[in-house]
Amino acid sequence: MSVDDRFTSDASTLRSDPALGTFSEIVSGPVRDWATDFSHTGEEWARGAIGIWDDLRQRCPIAHTERFGGAWLPTRYEDVAAVAYDTEHFSSRGIIAGNFRPPRALAPVGGTPPISSDPPFHHDARKLLLPAFTKNAVGRQEESTRAFCASLVDGLAGRDVVDAAADYAQHIPVRVIADMLGFPPEDGPRFRRFVENALEGIDLPPEERLARSSRLFEYLLVQIRDHLEHPREDLTSYLLEAELHGRKLEPAHVAGTMALLLIAGIDTTWSAIGASLWHLAGHPEDRRRLVAEPGLRPRAVEEFLRAYAPVTMARLVKDDVTWRGVEMKAEDWVLLSFPAANRDPAQFERAGEVLIDRQVNRHAAFGLGIHRCVGSHLARMELRVALDVWLDRVPEFSLADPAAVRWSTGQIRGPRALPLRIG
Amino acid sequence: MRISIDPSLCQGHGRCYDLAPDLFGADDEGYATLLVPDGRVPADLEDGARLAAANCPESAVLVLRDAVTEEVTR
Repeated sequence: MSVDDRFTSDASTLRSDPALGTFSEIVSGPVRDWATDFSHTGEEWARGAIGIWDDLRQRCPIAHTERFGGAWLPTRYEDVAAVAYDTEHFSSRGIIAGNFRPPRALAPVGGTPPISSDPPFHHDARKLLLPAFTKNAVGRQEESTRAFCASLVDGLAGRDVVDAAADYAQHIPVRVIADMLGFPPEDGPRFRRFVENALEGIDLPPEERLARSSRLFEYLLVQIRDHLEHPREDLTSYLLEAELHGRKLEPAHVAGTMALLLIAGIDTTWSAIGASLWHLAGHPEDRRRLVAEPGLRPRAVEEFLRAYAPVTMARLVKDDVTWRGVEMKAEDWVLLSFPAANRDPAQFERAGEVLIDRQVNRHAAFGLGIHRCVGSHLARMELRVALDVWLDRVPEFSLADPAAVRWSTGQIRGPRALPLRIG
Repeated sequence: MRISIDPSLCQGHGRCYDLAPDLFGADDEGYATLLVPDGRVPADLEDGARLAAANCPESAVLVLRDAVTEEVTR
């Protein structure tokens, strides 16, 4: 067997030169009007996004901002769905709306396939990943996830107040994805920083963001080389051996997909677990019911996913287009707010209420169309197991200090500080 | 009652095989498959079929009244 020479150069060859992308001027400061100047990067959004969407849906369902080089925010279900299904006008080349747009030449592959890919490349890149993320496949992680959650609860023993976001929810997806990729579990805290850099540093100066993202690719290269020397049964070795169109994957494809798997599964699942616990801490009647009726939990999980959907995706407008009455320009961002869609009264009965026994729940928390979250079955398993373990072991809990709950900014929404009083 | 899956719409969300595991399964990539011959739904599983259809985010699960049955029952 010949030596794999795809990974002999330094980490900068694992991605396209960011300098080929475009940078827009950073506009910060308070939002003047949410319909014409919205920003998803400020504290006001973190605290009140749900109310902002509800307000916009009624008075200006497709909001706009000049920030981030131009961006749109549809808030109705039908508009969000239409963008998700329309790969002719909207590209996934950029999926994190901010002041940096990846180089145009990256399409249709993008920097982190398949989430960043457009048809027709997207289909084949996605197909590579699907078998590893079926419900059956992720079921193999359930027992170890349950044991890990139990060990986290063990670690809380003797404390009256715990931070359920930082001390519990956060650790679960970090451990699960480290296991799946075959990364050292003790590297968890580093993953946390990679995720922050990718998703939350939107308004940082470009040099700073680039320096930070290089550290991620340097880390991935170390892991890749270790796996080349010591192949094992995990996703990293799988990607290194995988073939597309009769050839092994391009180095940037391997590293980009690893970056995606590392980043995409952490904040998202952490947010979903945290938001569910936040809801239950503030709604004792729901909490008591789920403690008493474990059979109801899967349905409650779907309702938490609807009402507190953590993920807003983004697209880039391909060419100037008049879309449902607004004039979109090429390279404008479109925020794909599945959370806003999930609260549209035109699509859901009693959309603003959280009904843990809701029977009909056609929510879009994991997206719609060809980019349906590849990790949705994994996320559901983690969320279900995390709540199971918590409710069985910590049935009595409440918000220790509602004012101390802090929600994230950016496209992934969930509590980042969640002090709960136990007992 | 009969069920079918529109493969051009199914994206593998898996709500159908979560909610009605006797009627729907998953292929190796997570896309939905039918577990009942010709999509014929046993009478005691009809609620599951309706639930699966009502919860599919892509509206890829179709529930059809069986023409023959309908004629007989009409």
